[in-house]
Amino acid sequence: MSDQETVLEMNDLHTHFFTDSGEIPAVDGVSLRVNKGEVVGIVGESGCGKSVASLSIMQLVPSPPGRIVDGDIQFKGENLATATEKRMRKIRGNEISMIFQEPMTSLDPLFTIGNQMEEAIRIHQKISKKEARTKAADMLKQVGIPRAEAILDEHPHQLSGGMRQRVMIAMAMSCDPELLIADEPTTALDVTIQAQILDLMRKLNKENDTAILLITHDLGVVAEICDRVVVMYAGQVVEEGTAREILKDPKHPYSQGLIRSLPKLREREQKLYSIPGTVPKPKMGRVGCRFADRCPFAFDRCYEETPSLIQLNNQRTSRCFLYDKEAQEDAESPVGS
Amino acid sequence: MDKKDKNEAEQLTANPAKASMAKDAEEIEAISPWKDTLRQLRRNKFAIAGMGIIVFFILLGLVAPLLTSYGYEDQDLVNRLMPPSAEHWLGTDHLGRDIFTRIAYGARVSLQVGFFAVTGALVFGSLLGIIAGYFGRWVDMLISRIFDILLAFPSILLAIAIVAILGASLQNALIAIAVINIPIFGRLVRSKVISLREEEFIMAARAQGMKNGRIIFHHILPNSTAPIIVQATLGFGTAILEAAALGFLGLGVQPPTPEWGQMLADSRDFIQLAPWTLIVPGVSIMLVVLGFNLIGDGLRDALDPKMKNS
Repeated sequence: MSDQETVLEMNDLHTHFFTDSGEIPAVDGVSLRVNKGEVVGIVGESGCGKSVASLSIMQLVPSPPGRIVDGDIQFKGENLATATEKRMRKIRGNEISMIFQEPMTSLDPLFTIGNQMEEAIRIHQKISKKEARTKAADMLKQVGIPRAEAILDEHPHQLSGGMRQRVMIAMAMSCDPELLIADEPTTALDVTIQAQILDLMRKLNKENDTAILLITHDLGVVAEICDRVVVMYAGQVVEEGTAREILKDPKHPYSQGLIRSLPKLREREQKLYSIPGTVPKPKMGRVGCRFADRCPFAFDRCYEETPSLIQLNNQRTSRCFLYDKEAQEDAESPVGS
Repeated sequence: MDKKDKNEAEQLTANPAKASMAKDAEEIEAISPWKDTLRQLRRNKFAIAGMGIIVFFILLGLVAPLLTSYGYEDQDLVNRLMPPSAEHWLGTDHLGRDIFTRIAYGARVSLQVGFFAVTGALVFGSLLGIIAGYFGRWVDMLISRIFDILLAFPSILLAIAIVAILGASLQNALIAIAVINIPIFGRLVRSKVISLREEEFIMAARAQGMKNGRIIFHHILPNSTAPIIVQATLGFGTAILEAAALGFLGLGVQPPTPEWGQMLADSRDFIQLAPWTLIVPGVSIMLVVLGFNLIGDGLRDALDPKMKNS
């Protein structure tokens, strides 16, 4: 866990949507880092900007209305936020791959699995169709698909959801990317298949040393495979730390709420905890902590100032005044944001 | 084919218990979407009837010289307006020309008009529709407004205007019919592209680093073909009808080339005296249009996932 080679570093990223009803800061100053061979989870409720953040990395934010307005995304010494479309095409699917939530609709229904895999491989590798086919079959075997040769000639509708997600992963891994972005890869699958897919991703991560950025709202998934976790709320990072630390000892009230709302096996509570209220709609120029309205510990300062990320120890940060020790001692001291 | 059969055979032997189920599944599953459509289409009696009609007229046009000893412009003023007989199967018109001969040669003209007008409208309409739908923003705005303008006119009026500007000829009638059908294809394709653009597999294709052109021609276009094909078959009928209307107004094919609409126009003075001169071209137009509509309806049902029954 010590200083490793950084694959991806996002610095103060702002991705805004320009709609008829005004400018919406979907991603509002997010910084995060993914090291080589690491699995980092981005956790948060729907609408917290986690998907937009991941799409920003690939420059796939639907535009218009979305646009990266500020910040940079360093990938192997290159700023992806300002990279040209031509350069991005070389990176997408080759150096950074992405898999999506709905395996049912992520494959073109008209073509066979083989066709689509060959196409994906041949975009980035100058090899013959035959070689691509062999490679596709190898990849399918690697992701644990039996009778890979036969599957190559089948159409997507002939496969189950789990199988299709495996195909998507095989496709994403076929160019041996350095980073795999997985946007809710297991949400649409049933629980047993979820576990298999997570196992598979972990295995590929270990074997190929591929870093994974996993976007999820499911803390169970985080516990399963993530090394580090970034908790997002209303377009901002509110807490960051190792998966173990965050699950065992969440600092930010929002993370605490998330973890409390997980059903536990041993406890016989009648009612499952839920965080009161809903995620506020993102808007420009908001002052104060975004979670204050739903926070059981909120005090005056939470509504008057915007908290910044506070370093707790070398790996942990939390965006909450409760941990702002210096300020607590000296209420007058200015807080940078 | 061999490989596929072999795979199926393997599946069957590997799973003897499921063999009977696999046999049913084989029909439902191990089939590409296009084959499935053809299979559905074959079951539709109306579509088969439609195809029969069209094939009949195509053959009629192709072998016209073999079926008749008359030329389509041979006049026989002694035998004007003769009712159907052994010599003249469908009678003669006011200039003593054999109607059957003119219908057979006219099939060539009408089917050609339908084919080229629809092809032209389809190619340009689809292209504009794809560009508008895929790129959106001002491109979409511009193209959609042009479609709106074209659709605002009654189509036949627009066709007349175009032919009036270009001059009356078969070629110009074709162009006019193609132009008035462009927005119909364009809007259809545009809406399909807009819905496809939001599909995850298009996003996935972009995430794989595919170029726009590749996404459009390899993924969006093939997925839009179903409505395009249906509209093309239906449009075929409309185009022939519009050609007949232009012919009737004297703005289409120029005499003596036989054209069904013009045959109708030429004969309208003799409706009491020799009704067959009107009925025969009229029925021909009706049958061809009906044939294409039946095929179009059949295709629409076959391609519609909601209509699929096992």
